[in-house]
Amino acid sequence: MSAQLAIVELGKEAIVPERAAAALMAKLGEAAKYAGAAASFTGTVRTAADEDLTGMLLEHYPGMAEKQLRKIALRELDAHSLFGVGLWHRYGMLRPRDVIVYVHTVAPGRQAAFAACSAIVDYLKTDAPFWKKETGSFGERWVAPRAGEDRPRAAKR
Amino acid sequence: MKIQVLYFAALREQLGVECEEVELPDSSTAADLLKLLAERGNAWTALQDGAGTRLAINQEFAEPEASLSDGDEVGLFPPVTGG
Repeated sequence: MSAQLAIVELGKEAIVPERAAAALMAKLGEAAKYAGAAASFTGTVRTAADEDLTGMLLEHYPGMAEKQLRKIALRELDAHSLFGVGLWHRYGMLRPRDVIVYVHTVAPGRQAAFAACSAIVDYLKTDAPFWKKETGSFGERWVAPRAGEDRPRAAKR
Repeated sequence: MKIQVLYFAALREQLGVECEEVELPDSSTAADLLKLLAERGNAWTALQDGAGTRLAINQEFAEPEASLSDGDEVGLFPPVTGG
């Protein structure tokens, strides 16, 4: 076994999943040979068939957003005994098809890789201080949370 | 005591304020802060019951019952929609 490793990045620059995954594997180095599975999730800006969405502004709470992303990633790294976890999240102005978030988990086996990846994405929906505002033919509108995703789920202070 | 209050997303737009310093009596809670702000009337009254507002104290999610200390940073915002 080797040290567990996490990469957490929040930025304005485009996320390229292949490059992000390669960065994580490079950082894992020799330890990657113990990993039997990797899972990933890519979240992208989408538009509905009957609408003309031109952009998505992703607002965040500077400071808190970085902290929460790190907390979410490290919790699953630990809970699922991953070898490595990578979490990349955008903020600022995005266009349709841009990557909003990319999650990559590296584990001894598939169950841990899938479960951790899924849990991280679930927590991003409720515990990461980001707000989406869509712009398009309809004007501007803030995206509302889905039912059941309107409160933080992790332990509060 | 002095509290730094930050507003985000739709709430910031509705209130027209990004951040401010608010003076509160010692041993106040976040709920006391919301009540004081709601007394400003108009759009601020939405903070009265706090139903659609989430809050963070020093960048950690918190409930209205949480107590505040001098110099705390309180973030007020709608439910998050990240990921």
